[in-house]
Amino acid sequence: MPLVNGGKIADDSFVKLAVDTPLPESGDILVPAERFLGEADALLKRAGKIGVIWPNNRDIADLVPYLGKLATVALVFPSFRDGRAYSQARLLRERYGYRGDLRATGQVLRDQFVFMLRAGFDSFEVKKQADAEAFMQTAKRYSVFYQPTGDGRITALHRRMQLRHSEGVGT
Amino acid sequence: MYAYDEIDRTLVNERVSEFRDQVQRRLSGELTEDEFKMLRLQNGVYLQLHAYMFRVAIPYGTLASNQLRQLAHVARKYDRGYGHFTTRQNIQFNWIKLSDLPDALADLAEVGIHAMQTSGNNMRNVTSDQWAGVAPGEIEDPRIWSELIRQHTTLHPEFSFLPRKFKIAITASDHDRAAIKVHDIGLRLIKNEKGETGFEVLVGGGLGRTPFIGKTIKHFVHGRDLLSYIEAILRVYNQYGRRDNIYKARIKILVHELGIEKFSREVEEEWQHIRYSSLQIDNEVIEDIRSRFIYPAYEKLPHMPDELRQAAADPDFEAWRKNSVAAHKNPGYSIVTISLKPIGAPPGDATAEQMDALADLADKYSFGEIRVGHEQNLALPHVAKRDLPALWKALDKLGLATPNVNLITDIIACPGLDYCSLANARSIPIAQELTRRFANHELANLIGRLHINISGCINACGHHHVGHIGILGVEKNGEEVYQITIGGRADESAALGNLIGPGVKFDEVADVVEDIVEAYLALRERPEELFVDTVKRLGVEPFKERVYATR
Repeated sequence: MPLVNGGKIADDSFVKLAVDTPLPESGDILVPAERFLGEADALLKRAGKIGVIWPNNRDIADLVPYLGKLATVALVFPSFRDGRAYSQARLLRERYGYRGDLRATGQVLRDQFVFMLRAGFDSFEVKKQADAEAFMQTAKRYSVFYQPTGDGRITALHRRMQLRHSEGVGT
Repeated sequence: MYAYDEIDRTLVNERVSEFRDQVQRRLSGELTEDEFKMLRLQNGVYLQLHAYMFRVAIPYGTLASNQLRQLAHVARKYDRGYGHFTTRQNIQFNWIKLSDLPDALADLAEVGIHAMQTSGNNMRNVTSDQWAGVAPGEIEDPRIWSELIRQHTTLHPEFSFLPRKFKIAITASDHDRAAIKVHDIGLRLIKNEKGETGFEVLVGGGLGRTPFIGKTIKHFVHGRDLLSYIEAILRVYNQYGRRDNIYKARIKILVHELGIEKFSREVEEEWQHIRYSSLQIDNEVIEDIRSRFIYPAYEKLPHMPDELRQAAADPDFEAWRKNSVAAHKNPGYSIVTISLKPIGAPPGDATAEQMDALADLADKYSFGEIRVGHEQNLALPHVAKRDLPALWKALDKLGLATPNVNLITDIIACPGLDYCSLANARSIPIAQELTRRFANHELANLIGRLHINISGCINACGHHHVGHIGILGVEKNGEEVYQITIGGRADESAALGNLIGPGVKFDEVADVVEDIVEAYLALRERPEELFVDTVKRLGVEPFKERVYATR
């Protein structure tokens, strides 16, 4: 499954651990939420980056005490129809101030990219190679956005206000 | 009329390009049907019994004449020459080819029409009062706020994959023509003691297999906080709404399971986090949207012009005027409802020719504006009273002057088994038979206001629960069986109807309705007592006795 990071297909340095996989000595690891919360102290002490795979039915606030120490948070789309992780992503970015890598995992398809970018995701485990290759092109599909989110894109309402004021200055 | 600016046009065009690419990928096999399904639904495309069905949004029911002409063009070029107006201010085309859809969308985009979020588990087309901006006594035009919500909910990055569909309706009149109490969120525009605009917010209304009347979650949300409050409701729903069972996934079930107090506490807590954010709307933004609504330059015209006085001698004109013409906020003008319920025809259908002709009449008599109501009728919202006789003649020629608005033959019905892959029973033939039974205008007038609603399955697209007489088709041992309820209503006193007894067969439905009506005529205290009020006063029992005595 190709990883898109920074808009490009990139190598994934993280190894995903199951609940019971023995802990590797070094290297970057992605750990399920349950295991992470159980062994947080030990996990955070080891060499290598650590990330958490957070399920979409668990309160994201439980992760807040650890956010400063995490290299990545992976949120899960068990189905492309299940949109809970969009709310979790926005809460992490906009309420809890998480600035690290935010990864979308699960059924991640091309036609969700724009929504995911707007919700604050910046890396993507894409299900299909062709979708991963089309990432940059797809991300540019839209130039108009009606809602303010934490991604900083200017909304249609504000662009109109700017236009109004600039017109006002000229006349 | 709301006039799109370059920003709105760009977004709609970008959406069309995206969908063109998605259709292309489906046709080439790159997308599976399962993957494509969600994408096409977000663009209003269903797969029905015989073909794809294409549902186009008419936000808050306002159409310009050039837009109506373009709908006629789509009906003619890509479909079979007609369209079907729905109960949520949409129009559906029933015979469209998948490969034609991107072109149809591009044609519609030229006049600022789209099909975004007319189906799928997202925030649907925002609906409002079809008399918005012209109804006497209206607090203010609710379409300004409808448009604000339309924009905010369009391609929302957080709420495009909700547990289930989500519908918002707004009214600003005492008499609710937008059925806000049977919506996921219902908004009633009100003023606070300082004269500032805000909303009573209702939540958790809805029909379907588990009907609920919406409950008030907040008595007053200030206009500036409207988007943040809606967003708080949606965020709670997106996270906690059930996704394990499609029949329990609507917000009404979450509200019911948590209870309105607990649900409103959750929303309140969320709201306090986001209330003072970029979601807050300042007056300037509202005024900007308001400035792009174009209002007619009304003339000062007499309340009772000579043309109207003379036409009053014609009993056919008078029958139509009394039935289909309503008071306008400007005394020289009227609101004219155009019945799409001719006797013997499917409710809500209009041919391309009728749409074109209506667009011309709108240009001539209604400042180029047409409205679409949830009762599946159209309206011309600004007709000078002196023009009523000429308009009536023109409408009559088009078969659009049936004087049955709000009468027993003004039936709301879903497409049913004739088109819909979900249906268990036919709806349209029942409606057609009922209109024949009550075709006599004198009789229909004698009966007075009586809404019949028909749904061909438990999903309740025909809103049968809130029909004064509700008819629900189900399947039992391979046969169509119809359950009949009475006493429902969809207005400000919204209520769910009560079952009168065991279901009846297809052939018996019209007889049963006739029995119910006869019972009503015998039981009402005076001619002004509406059917629904007689049912309220007496309950189901006397009607039940009448219907089942001989069955």
